[in-house]
Amino acid sequence: MTAQSINHHSDHHHDHDAEARSKVLFGFWIYIMSDLIIFSCLFASYVVLHTHTFGGPAGKDLFDLNYVMIETFLLLTSSFTYGLAMLAEQKDKKSQVLGWLFVTFLLGAGFIGMEINEFHHLITEGYGPSHSAFLSAFFGLVGTHGLHVTCGLIWMVMMMIQVARFGLTPMVSRKLACLSLFWHFLDIVWIFVFTVVYLMGVM
Amino acid sequence: MNKIKSFIIAIYAFAGSMMLTGCEHLVLIQSKGEIGQDERDLIFTALFLMLLVVIPVIIMTVVFAYRYRASNTKATYDPHFHHSNKIEVAIWGIPIIIVGILGIIIWKTTHKLDPYRPLEHENKPVVVQVVALDWKWLFIYPDHNVATINYLELPVNTPVQFKVTADAPMNSFMIPQLGGQIYAMAGMQTQLHLIASEEGIYDGRGYGFSGAGFNGMHFKAHVVSQDEFDNWVNQTKSSPELTTDVYKQLVQPSEYVQPQFFGSVSNNLFDDIMMKFMMPGMEDMSSMSSN
Amino acid sequence: MIDFLGRLNWDAIPIHEPPAIIAGGGMVGGALLAVLLVTYFKKWGYLWREWFTSVDHKKIGVMYIIVAIIMLLRGFADAALMRTQQAISVGSNYGFLPPDHYDQIFTAHGVIMIFFVAMPLVIGLMNIVVPLQIGARDVAFPYLNSLSFWLFMIGVVLVMLSLIVGSFAQTGWVAYAPLSENQFSPGVGMDYYIWSLQISGIGTTISGINFFVTILKMRCPGMTLMKMPVFTWTALCSNILIIISFPMLTAAIAMLTLDRYLDFHFFTNEFGGDPMLYVNLIWAWGHPEVYILVLPVFGVFSEVTSTFSRKTLFGYATMVYATAAITILSFIVWLHHFFTMGAGANVNAFFGIATTIIAIPTGVKIFNWLFTMYRGRITFTAPMYFTIGFIITFSVGGMTGVLLAVPGADFVLHNSLFVIAHFHNVIIGGVVFGVMAGLTFWCPKAFGFKMNEKFGKLSFWFWLVGFYIAFMPLYVLGFMGATRRLSHYDASTGWHPLFVIAFIGMLIIAVGIGFQVLQIVVSVWKAKENQDYTGDPWDGRTLEWSTMSPPPFYNFAHVPHVDSLEPWWDHKHGKKIFPENKPYEAIHMPKNTGIGVLIGLFGFFLGFGLIWYIWWLVIASGIGIFACIVARSFDQDIDYWVSAEEVERVEKELSLRREKA
Repeated sequence: MTAQSINHHSDHHHDHDAEARSKVLFGFWIYIMSDLIIFSCLFASYVVLHTHTFGGPAGKDLFDLNYVMIETFLLLTSSFTYGLAMLAEQKDKKSQVLGWLFVTFLLGAGFIGMEINEFHHLITEGYGPSHSAFLSAFFGLVGTHGLHVTCGLIWMVMMMIQVARFGLTPMVSRKLACLSLFWHFLDIVWIFVFTVVYLMGVM
Repeated sequence: MNKIKSFIIAIYAFAGSMMLTGCEHLVLIQSKGEIGQDERDLIFTALFLMLLVVIPVIIMTVVFAYRYRASNTKATYDPHFHHSNKIEVAIWGIPIIIVGILGIIIWKTTHKLDPYRPLEHENKPVVVQVVALDWKWLFIYPDHNVATINYLELPVNTPVQFKVTADAPMNSFMIPQLGGQIYAMAGMQTQLHLIASEEGIYDGRGYGFSGAGFNGMHFKAHVVSQDEFDNWVNQTKSSPELTTDVYKQLVQPSEYVQPQFFGSVSNNLFDDIMMKFMMPGMEDMSSMSSN
Repeated sequence: MIDFLGRLNWDAIPIHEPPAIIAGGGMVGGALLAVLLVTYFKKWGYLWREWFTSVDHKKIGVMYIIVAIIMLLRGFADAALMRTQQAISVGSNYGFLPPDHYDQIFTAHGVIMIFFVAMPLVIGLMNIVVPLQIGARDVAFPYLNSLSFWLFMIGVVLVMLSLIVGSFAQTGWVAYAPLSENQFSPGVGMDYYIWSLQISGIGTTISGINFFVTILKMRCPGMTLMKMPVFTWTALCSNILIIISFPMLTAAIAMLTLDRYLDFHFFTNEFGGDPMLYVNLIWAWGHPEVYILVLPVFGVFSEVTSTFSRKTLFGYATMVYATAAITILSFIVWLHHFFTMGAGANVNAFFGIATTIIAIPTGVKIFNWLFTMYRGRITFTAPMYFTIGFIITFSVGGMTGVLLAVPGADFVLHNSLFVIAHFHNVIIGGVVFGVMAGLTFWCPKAFGFKMNEKFGKLSFWFWLVGFYIAFMPLYVLGFMGATRRLSHYDASTGWHPLFVIAFIGMLIIAVGIGFQVLQIVVSVWKAKENQDYTGDPWDGRTLEWSTMSPPPFYNFAHVPHVDSLEPWWDHKHGKKIFPENKPYEAIHMPKNTGIGVLIGLFGFFLGFGLIWYIWWLVIASGIGIFACIVARSFDQDIDYWVSAEEVERVEKELSLRREKA
């Protein structure tokens, strides 16, 4: 192979990486939009069913706003630290990326831990999802969000391994960008959960 | 040739069967009440409006296909004819006009035929509470304190107010010759207002599929004169009472149930059936036994 | 042992139900025969390398279509059973199908025909055609495309398996709650329904995203949105509908799953659940779903009419706007499926009017096809037969559809056989005819040979006549008060003669399907005679006809540069879209992968375990799926370059073939 054709080839590769990144990110956006519709359905169901307490407790009898504020704080902060990881990624600083990803992971895990604790508490009190349609909708909506965050955490572990192993290659960088979209998306969904379920539930 | 033969046979069979069965089975056309008649007329009006477009379309399809066949070299061939403002205006305009007229008709008739709208009439309406069970219909006449299973008796020329609920999967209640249907749903009450203008026996049935016994979920609606209706109520009074225990039996699934009659009913039975899906502690219908 | 296999035991095999065991036996026999044949001819390696693990959109499309045609036979067998039962089960005769079996059949018929026949036919056509029409070398995410197919296959296998292990749902194809809840449907039937739809539905969503990105990001230079072929436009709109509506199905089924498995109360009668919520959600998906099916076939008819009339499509822009209008409107009409739930008159009137408005863009499309034929030179090939049959039949079906959209009329027609007649009128007259036209039209592109015309036309006539004889009586039966989903009725209803006529119509359709099968067999048998060496057998107009039949795996050696709506037609008339005498360049292509197949396999066991409560299997296959995803994520070796020399070699070979013609 001549030097010219090698150059030619690497140009191609460069084009290809840029094109792949644009396709993947766009596709991931669309996926997020469709996931958002799943959440919309769950929100709609919650709004319809939140008065169907079947004589049981309503939101204001169950929710502890202070507790939820701490959860919210953890998740919002984790979004910020993920942003820092992405900034480090743009500067090509591998160890900083790993560090911020780890901090983000801890914050996310803290959020999930608190949520599991809240669910556990409710279920042991006798207010599990079987108790009324309202509680079904509550567990369905908040639980689906929690499940998404859990998937995000597992994904984050995978990304830490990949960053450590492959470095900040175009492929890894592309995936970090997708996870970034996913993580901020979950943050936004949580803000709606916090408002619609907890704030409006307590008011 | 096969296709032509089968076509002819089918047409004969179709015409023959129509004559054999007669038109009396076309229950949606043989409407015996104001609502049913309005709904039937609405169907024909809408069909007529749409045929104004559909028939020309079918004719145009056949004519164009025939005229512009490749072997007909006499026909004009204009491969660049792909736009014409005149045609565009027509093909958007005509459907818009038709749908516009149809839209006005829809708006008016939907309000007029709203099943919740009480019918204006000099006679006081008869109230019938309807409960869809697995797989039979329970009818309660709260004002007359009688109840039936799979049997309706209605006075002619008197509005009927049906209040409909279910203690089973969702269903849909309809007597086709009197007019449209309404869903029967647990924990909810829907309404249907009908009137019969002619005495007779009309088929009614569940229209929403509700499981294995759905086939047998039909009944006859007997439309009779006011006197006969009063007689019937008085006779039915001597039937046994619809108690909690009897109702608990009725809720159990059963198929092709023959008419049954009850001479008295708890005032709150219908409300209790609905309430038990809204509040705990009503499953045993305790309030009913206290009555 | 009982615990080990969850709910599964020998009672699950329906030995006491002769029809089920015959059908199941036939199915197992057929599958075994296929396995034996493949083994005998030592084709497993070939199938694995060239097909199962392929990420080539053309091959995936072909696989979708083969599976769909097999499932069509199953779905039609269900229809035949129903028609037979209704033709004999009158008065004292209760027919040969007890309600619990009959109810499974109509549920399976609906589910199979929509999800496992119509959807894969449409998605298969999109797979084969869309990348070729936009001058792309593959779809945006080839591996996900393969995954979509295998997720779809899980659904197919689960539905078929329910024939011989356990039973299927007995609720009707949209499985209204609360009938579909544990209280009223405690068996595995509903769980087969849930998992086959849930898993294949996720595959469909992925397909939707994939094609959306493909169409928006991978069009060849110069192909602006308003220069996109109409089929691609309709595919784009169809995929937008998939992306927006299928998540609603996922959510609705997920909530139903929580109700059934974890004792939630979203849709139960008890504990304050709201069944109407399910009905709303399922139709918020279900109505767009019918446009997902019908929009692409509108695209097919546009391509077919224009090609065989040898004319540019009349009113291209109008066609695009009409398609877009239908796409948007399809989301605000779902309530017309339950006018009778007791919503207020204003609500009903709104949804009624919104629905009738859809008739405007649809009507415009029909006129556009007519004026494409006008002043054309129409060649009456089989696809053109189907198109003309479609325009007439669909006009009638559209009319009865608008009638049902009038709330006052729907109050009496709802839930009757009139509704059945209507949607078969639009689905057979629209989707089935369209897919047949499309398959015949693009068959040379996918396989390299043309379909047999004679059997194609015979099949058309039997389908057309059979359709009218089978379904016109159902309209009348609707007026006679005949309810859908009945397996027995009284003689006094007067319905019997019409059911007998409908039965005869079914037999005629059966002959039509027989001719279709014959058509396929004969076409394959005589493939050599009908070989298309030109790549452009119909004197086509769009880019797919610029490639060989079938195209090389990279589709285009040189990416075309277009600046008109009918680039290939213009190319043939002097306006070149391919560079001449330009040296070949290396082409970047994805590598085949077995991950899709593996996830499909684990996904099947996951579904099976969930249906039968075999929890260890659920956990094991869950871990398997996770491992596959991780393995794929860590795999750095997913694509490669086809060297310029290799491209040159392939192109030489192809041009030799071309010269041979």
